[in-house]
This record gives sequence, C-alpha cells and structure tokens, in this order.
Amino acid sequence: MIEPVAPAAILMGGALLVPVLKGRLKTFYMLFLPVLTYVDLLYMSAGKYWIVRFLDYDLIFGRVDKLSMVFAYVFVLITFIGIIYALHVKDDAQHMAALVYAGAALGVTFAGDLFSLFIFWEILAISSVFLVLARKTTESSAAALRYFMWHFFGGLCLLAGIIFYVLKRGTAEFAYIGLDDPATYLIFIGFCLNAVVFPLHAWLPDAYPRATVTGAVFMSALTTKSAVYILARTFPGTPILIWAGAFMTCFPIFYAVIANDMRRVLSYSLINQVGFMVCGIGIGTQLAINGVVSHAFCHIVYKALLFMSTGAVLHMTGKIRATDLGGLHKTMPFTAVCCMIGAASISAFPLFSGFISKSMTVMAVAEEHQVIVWFMLLFASAGVFHHAGIKVPYFIFFGHDSGIRSKEPPANMRIAMAMAAFICIFLGVYPAPLYNILPFPVDYQPYTAFHVIGMLQLLMFGALAFTILILSGYYPAELRAINLDTDWFARLPARKFILFCQIPFKRFFEILDRSVMSAVGVLKSSPRSAVTIENGADKIFHIRLTSIPNIIYTWTEYMRTEIKQLSLNLIYILIAFIFLLFIMLYMTK
Amino acid sequence: MKPKQELTFLDSPHNRRRVRKYFYISLVFLLAIDLLIPKHGHFAWEEAPFFFAVYGFIGCVSLIFIAKVLRFLVKRKEDYYD
Repeated sequence: MIEPVAPAAILMGGALLVPVLKGRLKTFYMLFLPVLTYVDLLYMSAGKYWIVRFLDYDLIFGRVDKLSMVFAYVFVLITFIGIIYALHVKDDAQHMAALVYAGAALGVTFAGDLFSLFIFWEILAISSVFLVLARKTTESSAAALRYFMWHFFGGLCLLAGIIFYVLKRGTAEFAYIGLDDPATYLIFIGFCLNAVVFPLHAWLPDAYPRATVTGAVFMSALTTKSAVYILARTFPGTPILIWAGAFMTCFPIFYAVIANDMRRVLSYSLINQVGFMVCGIGIGTQLAINGVVSHAFCHIVYKALLFMSTGAVLHMTGKIRATDLGGLHKTMPFTAVCCMIGAASISAFPLFSGFISKSMTVMAVAEEHQVIVWFMLLFASAGVFHHAGIKVPYFIFFGHDSGIRSKEPPANMRIAMAMAAFICIFLGVYPAPLYNILPFPVDYQPYTAFHVIGMLQLLMFGALAFTILILSGYYPAELRAINLDTDWFARLPARKFILFCQIPFKRFFEILDRSVMSAVGVLKSSPRSAVTIENGADKIFHIRLTSIPNIIYTWTEYMRTEIKQLSLNLIYILIAFIFLLFIMLYMTK
Repeated sequence: MKPKQELTFLDSPHNRRRVRKYFYISLVFLLAIDLLIPKHGHFAWEEAPFFFAVYGFIGCVSLIFIAKVLRFLVKRKEDYYD
C-alpha cells in the first residue's frame, strides 16, 4: 500500500519543473501531473492526514471526507482538461501559475484548519493574478491589479476573522462555523468575496474577460467553486445566503443581456450559476447540499467548455465582442457545436448536465416553501438560457455575417473541448456516477415527464421571446460601451481618494519651500552671502526635502492602476502576508 | 476577383424560415403534450396548464425590457474609466 501525499504538493511542487523541461517531454509531464494527482486521490480514504505541529497549533493539510473528495475530483478533472487546452502556449510562467493555482484550490479543499486554509486562499488569489497579467496588455495589467485588490481586501477580512476566531475558540480547526459573532462575520465576508456574492462580485466580470484565453478556463473553474465548497462546509443553512443567492441568480442576467464582450456575458452567467449554489447552501438541507455539489461539478465542466469555445474564437480571430463577430459557424463548425453543447448544458436542457443538477437545488427550495425565491430561481433558469444559451452562440456563430473566415483552433484545443462536451452529455444522460459520489445519499429522479416537459416549456418559450424580439428589432442592439457595476466605487472614488491623500503632502512641502526661500530673501542684504546661503539651503531643503512629494508620488504610483511593477509588488505583499501570519501565530500562542 | 462566397444551410432565407417553422411546431407540440402528462408539483400553480410556458415567455420578455432600462442607466463610453 502506497501512502498518499498531499495532492496540493504534487501540483505545486510539480510546477517547479515545468521551465526545465522541453518539447514533448514537457507535454507528457504536464499531463502526467493531474493524472498522478488523480491516482493519489484514489488512495485517500476519509480521515485527517498530514498534520503538522506548528507552534501550539495543528496544521491539518488533509481533511478527507465525501464533500471534499467531490470537489477534489472535479478540480483535478478540469485541471487535466485545462492543461490540454493550454498545451500550445509557449509561456512557461502561465503553465506554472495555472498548476500552482490548481494546487492551491486542492489545498483549500483539503484544509482542515484555518491557518492552512488561509495560506492556500492567498496562493489561490496571487497565482490567478498571473493568469490575467500574462495577457500583457495595459488593460489586463490594470484589471489584474484591481482583481488583486479585491482579493487582498477579502483576504484581510478573512485574516482578521481568523485571528478573532482562534483567540476566542482556542483552536484553529474548523468545521461548521455559522454566523454568530464579529469574527464569524469577517470570515463570512472573506468567503463571500470569492463566492462573488453581491456587492462583492465586481472583480469577476472585470478580470475574467481580460485574462488569457487559457487562463480564463482555470479561473472560471477554481476560485468561485472553492469558495462554494468552503461556504457549504462552514455556513450551510444560513438564511441570508438564500436571499443573497437568489439575488445573485437574477441581477447578472440583465447585465449579461447588455454586455458586448462575450466572455463578460459568460462571467455574468457564472455569477448567476454560483447564485444557485449559494442559495442551496442557504437552504442547507441534505437535498440542497447534494444539489449544490452536483451543480458545482457540472457547472465547472460546462462553464469551462463555454470559456474554451469562446476562447478558441478569441485565439483564432483576435476578437471577442458581439459587435465584431457573427457567422463563424461556416468555418468553425466544430467550435460552434461545442459552444452549443455548453450552452445547452448551462441552460439545463434535458439530456445535458445542467438539467440533472440545477433542478435538485430548485426542488430543495420548493420543499422549504420559499415561494418568492422559487420564482426568482425559475426566472433565472429561463434568463440564463436567454443570454448564455442563445445570445453567446447566436451572436458569435450565427447572427449577422461579420465576414471573418478563421480556421478551427489547434488540435489540442479541439480535444479539450471535445472532452468537456462529452462529459456534459454523458452526465446528462447517465447521472448515476455523479450521484454516487455526492455527500448524502441521493433519492432523486430528474427524468420525470412532468419535469422534462416543464423545463422544455420554460426554455422553448423563452427562446420564442428571443425570436420575436430579434425579428421585431426590440432586442437591445450590440453596442460598444461599458456598463457600470459596483466596481465603480473602487475605480473612480478610490482613485480620487488616493490623489486626495497626496494633497496635504504637496501643500506642506510647497509651504516649506516658500518659507525657505523667504528666509533666504531676508539675508539678501549682502548678495554674495545670500547666494551662498541660498545654494546651501537649496541643496538641503529645496532638493532633498521638496523631492519628497515626488518620492511619495512615485511610490503611490505603484498602488494606482498605471502600475507596471505589479508582479514585484505581489511578491512583497505575499511576504508581508506570511510575516503577518507568523506574528499572529506567535502572539496567539 | 471577388472570392467565392461559400453558402451554408442557414444562408438561404427559405431554410431560415423552415427552421423557424419547425420551431413553432415543436412549441405547439409541447403545449399539447402538457395536457396529457401526470403532474406532481410542490405548488398548486405548477400543475396549472401551460404554467411553465407562460412564465418562461413573460419572464424573458420582461427580462429584455428591464435590461433596456438598465442599459439606459449604466451605459457609459468605453473609455469612461481612463
């Protein structure tokens, strides 16, 4: 019997060798890592592993039970598919970031104490920043900074919450937390930020459309779903999550309808889908948690498929806006079919994977007699078909002919899309393998005549509405524009605030400058000495002191969106975080 | 010389009309079958005839009109933040 090792260690440690290897060997090696992790998962049985005694606390890197195993399986699966999809990329940094990122997601999944959770939580945020940065446009660097600032804020809330929590309970182990005191509220905010709960969601539609083609596939799968996992473990049955989730399913639909960038449409629909999960966590019954977990599983695969097919279009044409695209089914039929399979799955069409998972959550809501929430979820189900199901394939592959005649994407991209598409259909037709690994026993039959016909009616008449509105010209036209979201607060007032903070410094040194000059002016009776003094004063005050505003200005430049040295700063911040953690562990001993 | 335009199935308006026709027929079929199947909803209104069809249609139409209002409120130029 082989002893399993921590799965996070395989991916994160394995990432170090990527730049050393070349050519075919590298391809095999990168594909081998997730396979090895999967084999490792098979050897793990329920229990607690890899407990490291650190100061007075136990760091538990492996809490294995049914809930963590499902998420670990799907994370490994999507890492494998994502790596195939990214094989043509020559940028080693991106491959390493993706592997570390996937490793961190597994670390979060298996973390049994708050300290190790926090470490992986921060690695998760930082490694994903590099997937946005690797796009190497000014726009993406700025978005990467904002993305990081949001997660930095969430991480600080989480850290503060953890400190209070550990001081009060005396242990860093966690299971069910529940909302009861300020510490748990802070932890809750930290988790909710990653789970894109309104109003902490704006980082997602800001950063994901600006990530690299291949990076967005990993990002769509890992950050939000690891947060869903952690919420399902720590805050099941929290009533506020029911309403937060229901609201999350509804408001992004409107944004998705008017968004122009296709990957932004998908980002909003991602929030909508996570809303179903958050709502299910709020319900917290066995059926609801089963629904959440199965929906997360299916969602990761079909959302990655949608990001892969739109990414393929971006990769081949360099364009992703609805205004620039259309009629691509002529030369990219394979990508079109994959995109439509993903679209059918996210819309929960019978025989596709969304159908067998989403309905469980909706059913759990009905069983708790949450009438308004039930109506909201039903509206969201019709709405998601409208934007992710019809709008994305229609405006890219059909619609007005843009005249673009690009070829199909490279073979590795096609293989990855085919795999994801196969899983979507396979689970839709034969859900038993997924139902068998859910945390609670499943007594649920998705394929009843009533349910199938009801869902088909809901979707097809939604499609009828789309058809009528498109033909009559009432459908909102594709426009080149941006739509304000809650990130407005972080972008305009915050920037003004930073500039405002510089004002006192500037004023102070202006006054200093003037007073030095006037003091020198008093002595101007003898010109020669005045010149000497003035030169001396200039050297000390004028040059040294008055350059301080400039120094501060350059320094704060790093904190503003014009940033260039982001990766350097991230490393500083990571070091600062680890330093904070050490101080904290030492103080609370 | 102008490059030859490859025509696919959906390029002809005739075919587009035909696709729409089959779509409408399937809608009628869905409504017809709704009257025949056994129903087991959690709420009384789920068992009303055509409930899901009506809700889906009204939901999507209102979605578009609310989205138009939202666009009116939040739309800015692409260089708004620069």
